[in-house]
Amino acid sequence: MSFPWAKHYEPKQPLMRWLDEKLPLPRLVYNAVGAGYPVPRNLNYFWNFGVLAGLALAVQIITGVTLAMHYAANAGVAFSSVESIMRDVNAGWFLRYAHANGASMFLLVVYIHIGRGLYYGSYKAPREMVWLLGVVIFLLMMATAFMGYVLPWGQMSFWGAQVITGFFSAIPVVGETIRVWLLGGFAPDNAALNRFFSLHYLLPFVIAGVIILHIWALHIPGSNNPTGVDVKGEQDTVPFHPYYTAKDGVGVGVFMLVFAALIFFSPNLLGHPDNYIEANPLSTPAHIVPEWYFLPFYAILKSFTADFILPAKLWGVLAMFGSILLLFFLPWLDSSPVRSANYRPKYRLFLGVLLLDVLVLGYVGGAEANARNVILGQIASAYYFAHFLIILPWVARSERPRPLPNSITEAVLAKHGGTSLAHSAVTA
Amino acid sequence: MVRAISSLIGAAFVFVLAIALFGTVKTAVEEPAAESAEHVFHLGPREADLPSAGLAGKFDNRQVQRGFQVYKEVCAACHSLKYVHFRDLTKIGYAEAEVKAIANQWVIEQPSINPETGEAATRKNAPSDPFPSPFINEIAARAANNNALPPDLSLMTKARHDGPDYVYSLITGYQNQPARLLKEFPGAKTPAGLHYNPYFANLNIAMPPPLTADGQVTYADGTKATKDQMARDVAAFLTWTAEPNLEARHAAGLAALIFIGIFCFLAWGAYQNVWRDVKH
Repeated sequence: MSFPWAKHYEPKQPLMRWLDEKLPLPRLVYNAVGAGYPVPRNLNYFWNFGVLAGLALAVQIITGVTLAMHYAANAGVAFSSVESIMRDVNAGWFLRYAHANGASMFLLVVYIHIGRGLYYGSYKAPREMVWLLGVVIFLLMMATAFMGYVLPWGQMSFWGAQVITGFFSAIPVVGETIRVWLLGGFAPDNAALNRFFSLHYLLPFVIAGVIILHIWALHIPGSNNPTGVDVKGEQDTVPFHPYYTAKDGVGVGVFMLVFAALIFFSPNLLGHPDNYIEANPLSTPAHIVPEWYFLPFYAILKSFTADFILPAKLWGVLAMFGSILLLFFLPWLDSSPVRSANYRPKYRLFLGVLLLDVLVLGYVGGAEANARNVILGQIASAYYFAHFLIILPWVARSERPRPLPNSITEAVLAKHGGTSLAHSAVTA
Repeated sequence: MVRAISSLIGAAFVFVLAIALFGTVKTAVEEPAAESAEHVFHLGPREADLPSAGLAGKFDNRQVQRGFQVYKEVCAACHSLKYVHFRDLTKIGYAEAEVKAIANQWVIEQPSINPETGEAATRKNAPSDPFPSPFINEIAARAANNNALPPDLSLMTKARHDGPDYVYSLITGYQNQPARLLKEFPGAKTPAGLHYNPYFANLNIAMPPPLTADGQVTYADGTKATKDQMARDVAAFLTWTAEPNLEARHAAGLAALIFIGIFCFLAWGAYQNVWRDVKH
């Protein structure tokens, strides 16, 4: 893997030489995220979000493990144990707000990371496996986030669990049995809370494992870049460290600014007030809404209001899961050999519409289900499926891509008004 | 082949959505949703204008103490405050001796066990105790309140949208049902035993107006206890009970933003320095 001009790890200190002979862990890190990994020189700030997602996962694991030292996964005391974390545990309020908002930050940066992949064609050959593993990570994140939201055992926790596990009862014949089996009872209760806690603690480490595979798979072809053109030679790349560690430092700073603003000044902005009411199976909240990051999918679920061969509920559930699962087929749905949307005028236009479409779905998912919003949701859902399953496969046939640069370096120098192609990327 | 299959699946979803859309439009045209009284007459909360609001919000301890007095003399008759302990009162400016006295003189005693007989008993409150519930259990609470359950107030200002404003508006928002409402929605007359309040989600609340007259509470600090003042003060107190660490959070936030700001500045400088010779 990696390019022939990649730097080689040469430990200078005797201790590091000794370690490298016994266990070449520093070598692994050096080649993965150090100077041994050559990266295209023209990456923009959208390439920061992978590192930011990794940082968010680390924050979630650290705050989460600490919270688990004080949290009690029992339906009788879960809610009050969270309150005691908020009131009596040293800096408990900080840990909990960091963890709750950390989930939002994690999903936010991952959505931007996915959007980056869509725009610059990072899912295309030779990076299909990177993309597939990414979708697996996304699914695991959704499951983890959902189960984590149940743990405080507030009203939205309980009713969210009720609604989401209810999806399984849409499966014909065996649905209800599966639902009861998953919950460990007829409704969410102690058994469900306990297994959700167990899985919520387990899955982040599974995510970490899949992230290692994701990065491993990425390092075989190397990173994509804004032109989508393959790396041609040494002049096209710079070593990851110090070039992209320095650039990621800026991204980390901005990420932390936004994160801190949320934690310290508006910690409940993205939450729902009903979750500060203890779970009560006898009192249904007026509006059951999931967390913001699930709203587009929730809107798709709600848009299927008509029975057609299958019952409406089953259509909704199929469509909701389908809307995510179709991402697995994306590398083969898009047949255009051009990666970057910068050179694909039509695809770029449709992708812009998709972005708007997902925002509309997000709005509809959280809004009141009146006629106007339902209509809006149904049209937006239709576009979502049409975009991926109909437009994307066909658009490449009628599209005339703009001329691609011959190399990354040519594109960079053209941007800077230079002409010399022989100029090495790293002059130092 | 991929194109054909995916287009078929896509067309199926779009087709089913088109049927659903047709149904939605048809229903909307043939039988438009009737307006409800809640929808038309519900009001968003008025601003309580508390010093704890805003990015640099702080508690005014004198106000929070006044609000505590309102809770003690009015709200505590029905509402529990189970996540707050007497010891927490030191954080709003009471001395330890005062807290001890407040706990000791609290009208409702702490459930306990008679150390000699083992029977259920009560004892005087200590600073380490949470505020005792006025009712022994939910059934007792409902029995005493026309089958309504007075909610615990510890988290009330976080459990409603714009909580502090909501509490202030609700307490001062009782009024007679507007004539227009009864004219437009003859079926929406406030049932006996409930009270019309446009700030409550379904307009009819079981709680009777808690603040009935100016001077209902005699403030220890001499502030004039108008209904509006008492409502603001109790909203301030309940903001504190729901978020006792608000001041520490704001202070830590300011320090964090300054720290991270400096980090950003340095990171930007490092980035510029590392990349100075590389066009990108």
